[in-house]
Amino acid sequence: MEGTMPRLTARQRRRHEVREALSVIFASRVAKVGLALVLFWVLIAILAPLVSRYDPLYQDYKSLDMPPSARHILGTDHLGRDVWARVAYGARTILTLGPVSVLAAFVLGIALGLPAGYYGGWLDEAVMRVLDALMAFPTILLYMIIISAVGASAVNVVVAIAIGGAPGIARLVRALTMDIRTREYVAAAKLRGDSDLRIMVREILPNCRGPLIIDFLLRMGYAAFYIGTLGFLGLGLRPPTPDWGAMVQEGHNRMTTNIWPVLSATVAIVSLVIGLNLFADGVREESMRYQ
Amino acid sequence: MGEIPVLAIKHLAVSYRTRRREVQAVRDVSFEIYEGQNLGLVGESGCGKSTVAYSVVNFLGPNGRVSGGQILFKGQDLRGRPESELRRLRGAEISMVYQEPMSALNPTMRIEDQLAEALIAHRGLSKAEARRECLEALRRVYMPDVEGVMRRYPHQLSGGQQQRVLIAMAMLNSPKLLIMDEPTTALDVTVEAAVLDLVAELKERYHTATLYISHNLGVVARISDQVAVMYAGEVVEYAPTVEIFQRPIHPYTAGLMRCLPDVDAPKGTHQLVPIPGQVPRPDCIPPGCVFAPRCEYRCAECDELRPQLEEVEPGHWVRCLRAAEALPLATPPRRSAEGAPAAETETVLEAQRVKVYYSLPFQTLGGIVGLEKRRYVHAVDDVSLAVRRGRTLGIVGESGCGKSTLARAIVGLEPLREGRLEFLGVDISQPLRKRSLASVRQLQMVFQDPNGVLNPSYCVGDQIAASLRRFKVVRGDDVYGEVVRLLNAVKLNEEYYYRLPRQLSGGEKQRVGIARAIASNPAMVVCDEPVSALDVSVQAAVLTLLQEIQQQYRTTMILISHDLSTVRFFSDDVAVMYLGRIVECGPCEAIYAPPNHPYTAALLAAVPRPDPTLAAKHIRLGGLVPSAVNPPSGCRFHTRCPFKMGAICEQEEPPARDMGRGHVIWCHLPPERLYEIKP
Repeated sequence: MEGTMPRLTARQRRRHEVREALSVIFASRVAKVGLALVLFWVLIAILAPLVSRYDPLYQDYKSLDMPPSARHILGTDHLGRDVWARVAYGARTILTLGPVSVLAAFVLGIALGLPAGYYGGWLDEAVMRVLDALMAFPTILLYMIIISAVGASAVNVVVAIAIGGAPGIARLVRALTMDIRTREYVAAAKLRGDSDLRIMVREILPNCRGPLIIDFLLRMGYAAFYIGTLGFLGLGLRPPTPDWGAMVQEGHNRMTTNIWPVLSATVAIVSLVIGLNLFADGVREESMRYQ
Repeated sequence: MGEIPVLAIKHLAVSYRTRRREVQAVRDVSFEIYEGQNLGLVGESGCGKSTVAYSVVNFLGPNGRVSGGQILFKGQDLRGRPESELRRLRGAEISMVYQEPMSALNPTMRIEDQLAEALIAHRGLSKAEARRECLEALRRVYMPDVEGVMRRYPHQLSGGQQQRVLIAMAMLNSPKLLIMDEPTTALDVTVEAAVLDLVAELKERYHTATLYISHNLGVVARISDQVAVMYAGEVVEYAPTVEIFQRPIHPYTAGLMRCLPDVDAPKGTHQLVPIPGQVPRPDCIPPGCVFAPRCEYRCAECDELRPQLEEVEPGHWVRCLRAAEALPLATPPRRSAEGAPAAETETVLEAQRVKVYYSLPFQTLGGIVGLEKRRYVHAVDDVSLAVRRGRTLGIVGESGCGKSTLARAIVGLEPLREGRLEFLGVDISQPLRKRSLASVRQLQMVFQDPNGVLNPSYCVGDQIAASLRRFKVVRGDDVYGEVVRLLNAVKLNEEYYYRLPRQLSGGEKQRVGIARAIASNPAMVVCDEPVSALDVSVQAAVLTLLQEIQQQYRTTMILISHDLSTVRFFSDDVAVMYLGRIVECGPCEAIYAPPNHPYTAALLAAVPRPDPTLAAKHIRLGGLVPSAVNPPSGCRFHTRCPFKMGAICEQEEPPARDMGRGHVIWCHLPPERLYEIKP
């Protein structure tokens, strides 16, 4: 931008920027498809009480293992619960746990990676070796170890995903920080006598946001996938709670008699994960295209 | 001169596709190059010079295309030819030399294999034949130790040698047309001088037609027969070199020349006249004359009519509606030197025997337990200097001489290994964190890279305000007003407060950087290459601004630069650095005239001057700059010195020879001999 921008007030400028950011999303067909899939599930989650007529926990012993019908659009499961209601409320579970756990992972990863990259030296060595050790565990195994140690609950799923995701995020933040700390505006902040903490948080972190946003979107996809897996392994939420992974777990032995609970939950997980990944990929490709 | 030009470009237009629409980067460009001729294509960044070159070799990338005009190579249009034929032409008849030698060479291949590849692919030579030709090609570009160079990898060569390899590679198949895109821009001035000598000589010997692209008028003046000046995608003036430098007709050409500091004129005797405004972006080209918005001679017609390139005099083409009027484009009158602040004022900064070393990582595991001796880069090694109030000390030297490290050590960004720094009577030898806020406030810095100077996440005003708040320069509710005052001081208006750095041009960013540095009202500002990344017209504006600020606030300054013209324009005192040491220092006028240290003389000889009638100077430096890990014993310059006396230079530290008036030269040569060294 060679200074030929017309006069803009602060608010107009902000609006211009939002439009600019949105144009990145809407220029990419891949991102649009991804966003549509994600938004679909977000809407379902928000409107769950409206889109389904049943309580997801209500057991109707008079209609077990029903195929789809006008009353139960995706049928009922072996306890007579409405599958569509459980899918809709399950979206609430995954779409709350997902962002919260990824956010927790980011807080932890940034807290480790930012000082490691900024100070370097022995601090960097120490932090990175510990994280290397953590990364040496296969992800699922790590989650199982953590959750079997502290017990299965919503909070512990968040803790497990935060600990499992933090090393990768810390590495990314560290690499970005090592680059940005050599920029001259960081030197200018030092010449202003700013504290290290202030330099890290105010000067360096905001300029890591591009790659971090992309990473956040990708990790949301992984998180949805892992929350499903943990539910399937019985390490997720306590049983009656509607949870896609748990639905697959409960139904997978009985697939020959009633495929609908398993099929619905699987399609739900797959479409959400694909949506998140397409969205992240589209945004990344489009934002790099004309550089 | 043959009948048919080797390259004739007629009304060329090139456009690039962006996310929103197609943007015309080049419009109506025409010129011709005959055999044995060198055409210099000059202009500021973003005016389309490289795009013209890339369109000739059909290398515009996936977004670009030639949208009009003709590219005639030996009379035949290159447009619309099949890719296979173009590829053959590129290998055999058209060659190109790029700006960055390091990225143009393949780092995983030996020089020998890279050179031979083109011969084997395009001429089907056997390996042995190809090798013989490669040796010959390297000899033609005066490469020392040809056999040795053939076996090396690119990273084992210096920048100048890499560029020679590229030129040798380009000359391998004896091309009819050689395109050189800023081949010396990434090189040091002494290396640049040697490469320019080579380009000039190759043209004499092989009669290759050359298209030489540069932003540097001095370089073009040295080697070109014809010059085409480009502005915003159009050729605005096209004439023989001598003609264009002595009688520029287009206001832009004349303006560019008035922006250049003159290495031969003392401080205060000439003014730079910056061109107001900046090059328009390719997607907002003005409807009339492209230069009209910045032109001081514009009239009503200029905004509406698009001027054509017309032959004003035989061979002299100009694109200006008022070309026939003989506009008064003369350079501003010279003033007599005004008295610089008296030398006996108080000392603001004194450095005593300052050393800054960087430690290298251990090479073996033993290092960690103390078995390996630590090795150090001697970036600054025993430097003493003093700066007096209100004056400017210029520090010059080539890249890697330690000048930037010295600047960073003075402001406290690098720790001293040894020595002492005293600033306003206070010892500031300790790193920044341990200095008092008062001395931090008094000692600020202007940085080099306009793109790294401002934090991209915050608006301009907030970044200046941060300094004001931190140092409590004004009361909290006066901060906004003070920021606006500072913006005005650097010739920006209030609107800029809420702009983001990416909405600013390079020159504007640098102004904001200056405003931020002077926000705390410092006694001293260290400027580390403040203009080297800027275009000429913008350079002049920033230099003039720094000068005004110095006069207004009596700020003491240190100016770090590799450019001797800039230093002369702005400094009262000069120190010349080589490999971490000062080799010569004294008042500015003494440095730019004999007696000189041999290194200073070589630097002066290498400066390209924008005057094609001057003969090339003769002192040229060969060899490589030695490593600062193991600097040479005795005089550090002895490995490259053309005036080396013998063993004494290798064994003993050179004595400080006082030439009077504070002018000191560290050299073994007796003072009489120092007077005889002419650049």
